[in-house]
Amino acid sequence: MTVAPPTAAAETPRRSFRRFRTSRGRQTWAGLGMVAPAAILLLLFLIIPVILAFTLSFTNARLISPNPPRFVGVDNFIRAFTADPVFVQSIGNTALFALVVVPVQAGLGLALAVLVNRRLRGTTFFRVVYFIPVVTSIVVVSILWKFLYQDDGLINSMIDAVTFGQWRGTDWLNDPSTALGAIIVMSIWQAVGFHMIIWLSGLQTIPEELYEAARMDGASPWRQFTNVTWPGLRPTMVFVLVTITIAALGLFVQIDVMTQGGPQGATSTIVFHAVRKGYEQQEIGYAAAISLIFFVAVLIIALIQRRLTREKD
Amino acid sequence: MTATVTPPARTQRADQKKPRSAATSRRWGTAATYVAMSLLALIFLFPLVFMFVSSLKPDAQILQDIDSPMAFLPVGDISLDNYFGVFDRVPVAQFMFNSILVTVLTVGLGLVVNSMAGFALSRLAWRGRVVVLAVIIATLIVPFETIAVPMVYWVAQLPTLVFEGGVLKYDFGWLNTYEVQIVPFIANAFSIFLFTQYFSTIPTSLDEAARIDGASWFAIYRRIIVPLSGPAFATVAILTFLPAWNQYLWPLMVVQKEDLRPVMVGMQYFFQLNTAWGEVMAYTSLITIPVLVVFLVFQRAFVSSIAASGVKG
Repeated sequence: MTVAPPTAAAETPRRSFRRFRTSRGRQTWAGLGMVAPAAILLLLFLIIPVILAFTLSFTNARLISPNPPRFVGVDNFIRAFTADPVFVQSIGNTALFALVVVPVQAGLGLALAVLVNRRLRGTTFFRVVYFIPVVTSIVVVSILWKFLYQDDGLINSMIDAVTFGQWRGTDWLNDPSTALGAIIVMSIWQAVGFHMIIWLSGLQTIPEELYEAARMDGASPWRQFTNVTWPGLRPTMVFVLVTITIAALGLFVQIDVMTQGGPQGATSTIVFHAVRKGYEQQEIGYAAAISLIFFVAVLIIALIQRRLTREKD
Repeated sequence: MTATVTPPARTQRADQKKPRSAATSRRWGTAATYVAMSLLALIFLFPLVFMFVSSLKPDAQILQDIDSPMAFLPVGDISLDNYFGVFDRVPVAQFMFNSILVTVLTVGLGLVVNSMAGFALSRLAWRGRVVVLAVIIATLIVPFETIAVPMVYWVAQLPTLVFEGGVLKYDFGWLNTYEVQIVPFIANAFSIFLFTQYFSTIPTSLDEAARIDGASWFAIYRRIIVPLSGPAFATVAILTFLPAWNQYLWPLMVVQKEDLRPVMVGMQYFFQLNTAWGEVMAYTSLITIPVLVVFLVFQRAFVSSIAASGVKG
């Protein structure tokens, strides 16, 4: 998420006329006044909660409690890593989910984008179709797929039909060995259209002349892809990888609707665990510690990803 | 452009030697692309078709049809009974109203607050502007999931005004209100960022001319910048509409009263209490159709907004 420095637009008046110098004070008031509503709201509902996440994580705060929170040092963090096997399991599940979803969803998104970027009649129609799951609520999608994944559900009956009854599917969401995989497939199905659009806008920034030049040099379509398309997509790739990673690490709704972290903790995730501890069991202090660990993980991964993708330039 | 899909290396070589066979193989390539795109379209659509079709069938019929292609066809005992059943069982009209209210106010107030901030940050020279912009951009890295739990603790202590027995009273706690679902999401760092970027592309000479004519900064924002920034407003509206309508984690934690519940949370409760799949599918269809219609009507704007969100790279 690189940001172009704000343009010099605002700087120009200073240079133009002397009368603008007197207007500088007025500009300051106007500027502060117009940024104030947003700034106050962000302070109240973003910055203070971040600070609270920090401070509460060193206390034993509870959601509804007659006693004020007490400072407990790093007890919450020690507990998370040594005395809470479900949390450790949740880290593993979240990491596995991200490790599979990030490359697969980015890759499939790119493949779809290349496919619908061809100059053929009807590609707009297909773009819209692939995008439809994205505008469908993830809650709806989760409920629907829970039905599809049932032992006697549509997925198994389709597997049955395709393999002529040679291979029986299982009760996907109630089997610890398949539950997370089933959620991964569904999540990719739901979100891949979003990244197709991002890739597509990246593809369309690559000038057509580069392809013409490559074709004149006799480059095969694969060579064209590796030598023209892929280098041109690098900025898009950073964005796609960072957004998928952050979204994947925040996995919550699918778990809450479909499995509640089960079977046997096989689908519990960091955010799901934090919500369970903080909201259902009211242990806000402990949940804040988990949230903080999650935030640090997101931050580190985002920074590593940016560093790695930048060095290649 | 012709990367992947067909094994294309042959096409190119043939291109130089035998023009006629090249044309044939290109035709095959096009056909293969259409086949691939259509198969993918089926994969993206089958769960949703199944959902809509099943919402029209009684449970017995759904289970009976599941092992045949009939699962995707509205045939047999078709009726709207499931829909009436949903309305009988839960105040779904109230849930719809709540979600619409929350979405409209979040998006609408967000457009005003964030565009004003974007104006102040891109077109006014004031002390602290760069710092404020940097802080706002920095907050983009904070995923909502990390602050959700501490924020429950925080909003539970915020002061509020309640109208009780004809008197306005001062109270604490935002839980179970409309404002707790709206106010925290009005200011949005990414929206501010998009507005800032867009506004800085508008020539500043317009502002200067208006200043000389004695216009106030707010008048410049209101009369010059806003009318010129239709695309930016459309993009922000679309990008904030979906998350507002799809809110789940937050209302799950802060709204327990049934009459304030948004559709997504209402659906999850309905789903937990109900094993009649026909009715569940009717509920999911009911809340998916409006969004789908909006999307299909504004499909072009949706796609270009999503693409714009990726441009920041």
